[in-house]
Amino acid sequence: MCDLNRSQREIQKAARDFARGEFDKDLALEMEKKGTFPGAIRRKAGALGFLGLHFPERYGGAGLGLFEAALVAEVLCRQDSSIGSALIFSTLGAECLLRFGSEALQQRFLPDLAEGKACSALAVSEPGLGGQWSAVRTTAVADGENYIVDGCKTHVLNGGQADFYIVLCRTTDDAAGMLLVEAERPGIAISALGRKLGTNMTPAADLRLSGVRVPADHLVGREDRGAAQLESVLEEIYVLTAAQALGIAAGAFDRALSYVKQREAFGRTLAAFEITRHKIAAMAARIEGARAVVYQAARSVDAGRGGMLPATAKWLSSLAAVQTADDAIQLFGGYGYMRETEVERFFRDAKTLDLLFGGRTALKRKMADSVIGKIRR
Amino acid sequence: MDILQYSDDHRAFRERLRAFCEKEVTPYADQWEQAHIVPRQVWRKMGQAGFLCPTVAPEFGGLGGDFLYALIVAEELSRTGQTGLIASLHSDITVPYIDAFGSAELKRRYLPGCVSGDIVTAIAMTEPGAGSDLAAMQTTAVEDGDEVVLNGSKTFISNGVICDLVVLAARDPATVDKHQAVSLYVVEADTPGFKKGRQLDKMGWHSQDTAELFFNDCRIPVRNRLGEKGAGFFLLMEKLQQERLACAMGAVAAAEHIVAYTVDYCKRTEAGGKPLSRSQAVQFALVEMTTELKVSRTFMEKLIADHMEKKTIIVEVSMAKYWCTDAVNRIANRALEVIGEYGILEACPMVRALRDTRVMSIFAGTNEIMKGIAAKFMGL
Repeated sequence: MCDLNRSQREIQKAARDFARGEFDKDLALEMEKKGTFPGAIRRKAGALGFLGLHFPERYGGAGLGLFEAALVAEVLCRQDSSIGSALIFSTLGAECLLRFGSEALQQRFLPDLAEGKACSALAVSEPGLGGQWSAVRTTAVADGENYIVDGCKTHVLNGGQADFYIVLCRTTDDAAGMLLVEAERPGIAISALGRKLGTNMTPAADLRLSGVRVPADHLVGREDRGAAQLESVLEEIYVLTAAQALGIAAGAFDRALSYVKQREAFGRTLAAFEITRHKIAAMAARIEGARAVVYQAARSVDAGRGGMLPATAKWLSSLAAVQTADDAIQLFGGYGYMRETEVERFFRDAKTLDLLFGGRTALKRKMADSVIGKIRR
Repeated sequence: MDILQYSDDHRAFRERLRAFCEKEVTPYADQWEQAHIVPRQVWRKMGQAGFLCPTVAPEFGGLGGDFLYALIVAEELSRTGQTGLIASLHSDITVPYIDAFGSAELKRRYLPGCVSGDIVTAIAMTEPGAGSDLAAMQTTAVEDGDEVVLNGSKTFISNGVICDLVVLAARDPATVDKHQAVSLYVVEADTPGFKKGRQLDKMGWHSQDTAELFFNDCRIPVRNRLGEKGAGFFLLMEKLQQERLACAMGAVAAAEHIVAYTVDYCKRTEAGGKPLSRSQAVQFALVEMTTELKVSRTFMEKLIADHMEKKTIIVEVSMAKYWCTDAVNRIANRALEVIGEYGILEACPMVRALRDTRVMSIFAGTNEIMKGIAAKFMGL
């Protein structure tokens, strides 16, 4: 893309070379089948600086922006949707520390994330909660210099694997806050949720917190601003998820294009048929559109004025990825249904990203509120 | 007036089959998904209970039933949460080739076993280099006196591992016109020179033992040919109407199940203090999914009625195959969006449903081929 500066192009190239060298296709198929996290690849990615690109340098990051992080997310997922996604999601929750965490918390927890030595997770969802975060039922009761945390969190990505969780909990009668809870604190029970439609290298679990004692200085941001903080953090999560989806779309496209150029039927290559050509064109157009909005959203967040763009980017990019990967399966014919051609996995990963973080319903609600404003009935 | 008229016999058959599935199939669906195969004896049980090949004549042990029995089987099996026990493929797609084009001797030899479940069939057309372009097949059949020598390989063959009998398309290498070169043969699985290959790892249909088949100087008697030599494509064309209709039936049956589950899920699951089904957006989504299902079903039922009247409806069944399979894919995708978070987990049956429905727009002729056929027969 012509509007990347030289440094950005170099980061892109470095990430692409890394992914091409490290992401072995057969290994990926095996890991995804078994639901194995790519720990070794993650450590290498961390050592090379691909994970904490937008962390401040003093915390082990590169001090770059969300834009550069999005570029890397796109490149990694283009090479392998599942490995790429697992790597990017391994620092879920870091955004909370980056935006609202104290110096002490950032100093203590960010470097290991950046180096690929630790994983984090964001624990927000609860049964029946939907999008009303201030109605959260997990409680954090102040007790001297600690909080005591009790409650259940569902659908936590990296649940059971994370070294720490950022937990949204009720801290006062009518407000929620965020607490950093290390995984080894007593009182945390993990129930793995098993295999998912996609993103199977990232585990998901339910958490039960019973009397978990957490020092007061583990509060992230303000005690009564948890919901608003989460809204803010979602900007980053949306952009990075959108960037992953963009990569997945591009990766599915790459594979399908390569296939139709060499597969023959009825005396010609598939690429010679008009319908095939039109389908490939539609896929390419979708990707261009998604790329434009994802890059714009990332830049806007870096400029401090994300507005509706992060949600828009997540929506359009996820949709593009689902449609493009679905088209890719169809272009491969019977082979598209086989795991070995990978496009069905790209589809499943894309569809899962589309459904994550409240899916398009959450995005629509958020964008309607933004465009129309909240209306009291 | 209902498009399809069911009799008491039909209804009794459905009731018995439903009870059979609830006892012998549904409780094992998850197990078979994990094992990637359906135990052989389940086919036998199903056959012995009279649910396989219901349209085959009583002379061969069948019910002598009409095509509505095929629809009933498709519908009841779609409720079981597994796709390995693919009775419709056996009864309504493969066995009809033997029934329609086999000699009296072949029919006597094989049909009773197909009905009883002692013989499970597979149909072998597709090759690694010949899918949509079936005429490009490379598997050869050289007729040599009273024997035929088969050489080649087939892929994406359902029931590939457990099959006892294969209906195989192969070409005479000496015939220049490839559309006159193909013949259909019946191959017994224990024939020397026939080997079952590896089971294929798929996006869905995990309980289905889809596999490759290999023929290496495999000799079969020439009496195992179905119909005339070189008539393969004519025979296929005759039977493909029913095959495509069966695909539409499977798609609509799958869609029924998906819509029913999703509506129920939305009624009993709360988010933000009220059932999902109270949200206007969810309501509209469910209505749209149900409407699409009803439109698909109506089209399919009309074509079943026409098919039972022996009408030639090539254009319409090609349209129905692509329409209904695309519709169920849209419905399955939307179901997950409506369900929300739970719809990401394999624990939610709709995830398996999505993975399983995806193949429907690809097999039995891709939907692109369906449109091409319709275009041709529309005179475009």
